[in-house]
Amino acid sequence: MSATGVALEHGHDHDHAHGAHGHHELSFVKKYVFSTDHKMIGMQFLFTTLLMMMVGGALALGVRWQVAFPWTSMPLFGPLFAESGGQISPEFYTMLFTMHATVMIFLVIIPVLAGAFGNFLIPLMIGADDMAFPVLNMLSYWFMIPAIACFGLSFYFGGAAAGWTAYPLLADIRAAAPSSGSAQTFWLLGVTFVGVSSMMGSVNYMTTIINMRAPGMTLFRMPLTIWAMLITAILQAFALPVLTAAGFMQVFDRLDFGGPLEGIHTVFFIPAGLVVNNADPTVGGGQPLLWQHLFWFYSHPAVYIMLLPAMGMVSDMLACMCRKPVFGYKPMVFSMSAIAGLGFIVWGHHMFISGMNPALGMTFMLSTIMIALPSAVKVFNWIGTIWGGRLQFNTVTLYCAAFISMFIVGGLSGIFMAAVPVDIYFHDTYMIVAHFHYVVFGTTLFGVFAGIQFWYPKMFGRKMNETLGKWHFFLSFIGFNGAFFPMHMLGIAGFPRRYADPYIHPYLEHLMPLNQFITVSAIIMGFGQFLLLYNFGTSWFLGEKAGRNPWGANGLEWSAPSPPGHGNFDVPPVCYRGPYEYSNPNNPDQDFWMQTDPPKSKKKPEGDAGHGH
Amino acid sequence: MRKFWCGFFIFWPIAAVVYSAVSPQFNWWFPGPSVTELGQRIDNLFYLILIIVTAVFIGTQVALGYVLWRASHSKAERAWFTHGSHNLEVIWSVVPSVILLFLALYQMDVWALFRVQSFFPKEALNAPVAEVTARQFEWRIRYPGLDEHGVPKKLHLKPQPDDLYTVNDLHVPIGRPVMINLRSDDVQHSFFLPHLRIKQDAVPGQIIPIWFKPERQGNFDLACAELCGWGHYKMRAQLIVEREVEFQAYLQKLRADQNYDGHATPSAVAKKDE
Repeated sequence: MSATGVALEHGHDHDHAHGAHGHHELSFVKKYVFSTDHKMIGMQFLFTTLLMMMVGGALALGVRWQVAFPWTSMPLFGPLFAESGGQISPEFYTMLFTMHATVMIFLVIIPVLAGAFGNFLIPLMIGADDMAFPVLNMLSYWFMIPAIACFGLSFYFGGAAAGWTAYPLLADIRAAAPSSGSAQTFWLLGVTFVGVSSMMGSVNYMTTIINMRAPGMTLFRMPLTIWAMLITAILQAFALPVLTAAGFMQVFDRLDFGGPLEGIHTVFFIPAGLVVNNADPTVGGGQPLLWQHLFWFYSHPAVYIMLLPAMGMVSDMLACMCRKPVFGYKPMVFSMSAIAGLGFIVWGHHMFISGMNPALGMTFMLSTIMIALPSAVKVFNWIGTIWGGRLQFNTVTLYCAAFISMFIVGGLSGIFMAAVPVDIYFHDTYMIVAHFHYVVFGTTLFGVFAGIQFWYPKMFGRKMNETLGKWHFFLSFIGFNGAFFPMHMLGIAGFPRRYADPYIHPYLEHLMPLNQFITVSAIIMGFGQFLLLYNFGTSWFLGEKAGRNPWGANGLEWSAPSPPGHGNFDVPPVCYRGPYEYSNPNNPDQDFWMQTDPPKSKKKPEGDAGHGH
Repeated sequence: MRKFWCGFFIFWPIAAVVYSAVSPQFNWWFPGPSVTELGQRIDNLFYLILIIVTAVFIGTQVALGYVLWRASHSKAERAWFTHGSHNLEVIWSVVPSVILLFLALYQMDVWALFRVQSFFPKEALNAPVAEVTARQFEWRIRYPGLDEHGVPKKLHLKPQPDDLYTVNDLHVPIGRPVMINLRSDDVQHSFFLPHLRIKQDAVPGQIIPIWFKPERQGNFDLACAELCGWGHYKMRAQLIVEREVEFQAYLQKLRADQNYDGHATPSAVAKKDE
């Protein structure tokens, strides 16, 4: 079926907000629950991830409370664990940071980018009526539910507490920790379900982007968001199977049914002769470092899965807000590809001091440091995009500018840990915590906040409130930097990660006040997120009504109604030019030139207009 | 409002730089100068990266603030229509790659000295001082037994009957390279000596040698840096760097304590009462 077939049939059905697919009205369940419409699936992902973000944030506040005020009863959340007097026990603390990372990575960052924005934007931006495989798409959302259920069961059994990296043998041997029983098995199954969901999305995105572009939408006329989604999908497709396989290997190592069935008891990661917590000595011949290699072979590319789509989205938003083409479109595409390519050969930098061959440390250092190059090129191009633009400080602009500013910090702090000798000292300290929060929160999540504000009118037909948006930005930014910038100093002071009570170590005693400052900032940031939820919820009914193209943007999605009906486009879109023809002097009427606007003159202005030349 | 937000994006990098600059005064910095020369070289590499990174940070943040200010105060009817500049792309690809390549290559020899066995000092490599075995949640230390002259024997991989044992208390002599064999009894741990800038994971099933040459006497913290269970935080131990004679005396006392069979000689009792 052609991408535009449905839209052609119903071309007369102009501003009918939904149900343009006039054959029959879909039942409530088909329309809102088991929907195969990419927009509804995208919004389901968005709601789920926003909810999970609050859960993950609450877990983080538990962690922060313990580090700042160890062994005191926690206000507000304390009654939830009243049996310990509202106090966070060390077992509970290890569970808190493990589940915080798990929820934030697997249930927030990855699904909000690929799941929510990927689903919502890909067909709209390339001019397709839906994804290539709508049912697969629906399943990719519904596989998130067993994943959440498995993580929930993990909580029920005490919560996985071996870190989100689940390093054997702590995660592999039941006797190793109170949480290493069923909680860890369910955690592994949860990660597997997330993996299945991601893989379904990935296959779908690749097929859709490659096969279903509207006429005229050549690869180098695709918005950078779509490039980022394509590259991300490829990363997922090649990296994820390794994690899934490794996860099953760990499950097989662990499975113990008891009774005559005994269990599987492979020993992929278990060496022989270990006496863990006075249990029987292990029998084996496995290698714990194998897990680290397999895990990071997925999880390092996953870092870029958590970053690239946000980079693409910010490029699009920034161009629109500055009324100016993206500076260096092709270099942006090539640097994203370079980041993705190099992303496959840097996993060992998580393992510099793990005991692997030291010669590998040198090669991984070289590749890791070189990945800073495409990142730097991207930063320069974003600054170049703003350079000479005409800018208004709305919420989207603020988040995009903060995105660049925070990415500079996160990128530069990465150099310290990419350098092996310096990493000897910084490994597993708060320097690492500061670094990846600057990348994953300061960069990705700020990009997501901008994206929510920017594409909200397309999702719901109304704009979000600007004043609330700016307050949310202000609180998030102040809280974020207050929380994470001082963590660099903690890292330099040698403050290790994952300590329930660091202050029993004499060299860390004096760092408690700094940690209390960090926790107060984190609380400000955490509660600031309610503003986002409030704004998100109320703007649905109270927001200023938005037309098709409230921002004066160029993309194909802005030629569809807001919100687009089933089948997306009322007029089959044809793409005539690149996505960033803002302020083009050949178009004197307005300072944007939509990709769908037919060319005015016969002088062939629709060419790629010298992208990157 | 434009002025406020432009100021906002200029103010925060200034605040960050000022904060970083005053941090050493508030002791939010390294826990003292490194006790080993190799650690000082690691610190120097850190400061080299810090200088480069600070320059890039200030440069890019100022550029960002400037373009934001210019763009938000633009009086032009239209933005500057450009798709980029090939020359600029080449410049800002080549210059960083040269700097980054230099940074990477410049790190290599310190890493080799720390970790590659053929670079280890020969005298340390041939005579490990002790074996440190991490387990939940303590550090078990095994010294080789002493011969009839009170000189430590060779440390065997397998425990010997006359080996000397202690927990969470690692003594090493000052001024000569010492090597430790690191192992783990159960899960992964990490041997972290912040004052010496040393960290190495203890991996079950492996024996990993670590060497260092302490140059300052004193008590230093030994902590675990790899999550090893609920008691990860409390794997607190100390490294005591002392003069060679004190170290030998310590080993002899350890032997005496270990051989003590409950039938104290009068002189030993008298000594204890002192």
